[in-house]
Amino acid sequence: MIRLVDVHKSFRRNPVLRGLNLTIPTGRTTVIIGGSGSGKSVLLKHIIGLLQPDSGEIWIDEEELTRIREKDLYRVRKRFGMLFQEGALFDSMSVGHNVAFPILEHRRLPFTDVQKLVAEKLELVGLPGIEDKLPSELSGGMRKRVALARAIALDPDILLFDEPTTGLDPIMTAAIDHLIINTQQRFQMTCVVISHDIQSVFRIAHHIAMLYEGRIVEEGVPEVFRQSRNEIVRNFLSPLCQ
Amino acid sequence: MIQRLFYYVGNAVMGFIRELGGILIMLFQAARLTFTPPFRLRNLIKQMEFVGVKSLFIVVLTGLFSGMVLALQSYHGFRKFGGETLMGGIVALSMAREMGPVMTGLMINARAGSAIAAELGTMRVTEQIDALEIMAINPIHYLVVPRIWSGILMVPLLTAVNILVGIIGGYFVGVILLGINPGVYMDKMINMLELADLVQGMVKSVVFGLILTLVGCYKGYNTYGGAEGVGRATTEAVVISSVSILIGTYVLTSLLF
Repeated sequence: MIRLVDVHKSFRRNPVLRGLNLTIPTGRTTVIIGGSGSGKSVLLKHIIGLLQPDSGEIWIDEEELTRIREKDLYRVRKRFGMLFQEGALFDSMSVGHNVAFPILEHRRLPFTDVQKLVAEKLELVGLPGIEDKLPSELSGGMRKRVALARAIALDPDILLFDEPTTGLDPIMTAAIDHLIINTQQRFQMTCVVISHDIQSVFRIAHHIAMLYEGRIVEEGVPEVFRQSRNEIVRNFLSPLCQ
Repeated sequence: MIQRLFYYVGNAVMGFIRELGGILIMLFQAARLTFTPPFRLRNLIKQMEFVGVKSLFIVVLTGLFSGMVLALQSYHGFRKFGGETLMGGIVALSMAREMGPVMTGLMINARAGSAIAAELGTMRVTEQIDALEIMAINPIHYLVVPRIWSGILMVPLLTAVNILVGIIGGYFVGVILLGINPGVYMDKMINMLELADLVQGMVKSVVFGLILTLVGCYKGYNTYGGAEGVGRATTEAVVISSVSILIGTYVLTSLLF
């Protein structure tokens, strides 16, 4: 279970998170929604320890991220995978090398086994046989799928998605959504998704939390959100209600 | 008015201290991580090839013309009092102690230092450095350590090549074009040039190699603000390293002699 307790974070005196409390259940897909600039990505970076809060606690099961040593933080991070908004693939490496990279760094496996694993992960995201291509030769949707293959290369317990469908057409958006659902179901991972694509949110979420002005203003199962009387939530979901 | 002046001066001083502190912290982290496994030898060799082998042509070219112009200038100067035979020694001394390390440092800074800042800057703004962190790989260990060591190891080697080519260039101008007796030219050179001069040049080149890669890494690693930020980081890296090399050569000369 991931738990954020009274988390505050400011950048140059601009408060972004203002006493945020959130519990993310294990083995479920939690989607964090909120407008642009509401601090969703900042929240995600706190969960994985890329940013340190000014105050507050971040718990990953029994470990509190703000108090552990750098060495232990890296150990905790091995439990995570993350899909970045633009994929964040290493442009100097081929697709195969990108997917193989975390495996080569953390596991001592024979080269043929690594190749097999890479082929398996690429197959899983629906892109078999593109190991030799360079990231620059791929479309936006393909880059995200390769990034997902890399994120699941080490079979993580927790998978983070930073706006996975931003900039994609509706067909590719649906394809990525199904990929998230399938991956979560197959490996029973804890998935945390940042999104402001409402249709996508209701397709993939088991649990939704809404971030507004640095706090969680509503959380619960999708049905709770659909029937919410919270003005902020209703305004955010209004395109869907119409 | 005075308040504003204090504000600007104070801001500039604080900015300088902040940057210097950041660079030193990165240096200490890189030094500590150098001896921490895993040792990525392939990464180091790749960077050595980039900083060293791929800079060879430009270093040879600048070395050749530095030596030639030194010979030409010193010939015209020394001829006024009949001392043109000293040319060989003057060219060799200047190349070994000053021109070789400084020219090599500046050229590698322009080619490799800027490229390091641009590459790391692009990796930062496209979240590739964050991706490394999330894969539980320390980016300083993976990206900065091999680049700094490639500078420390390759810049002295390239400086040695630059000095040698500069001396050959000087010989060509002095002996072949200006007709100085080759025996006299070589004799003056051997008599004037000492091992200490070469050591001084090598010490300087090690420091310059460290400066240009460290500053390039620091500026690239701390880039913000998209494509514009990458451009800014690259420019700042080249300017800071170049100025540091020029100030550094004076400081090192004062300390070493």
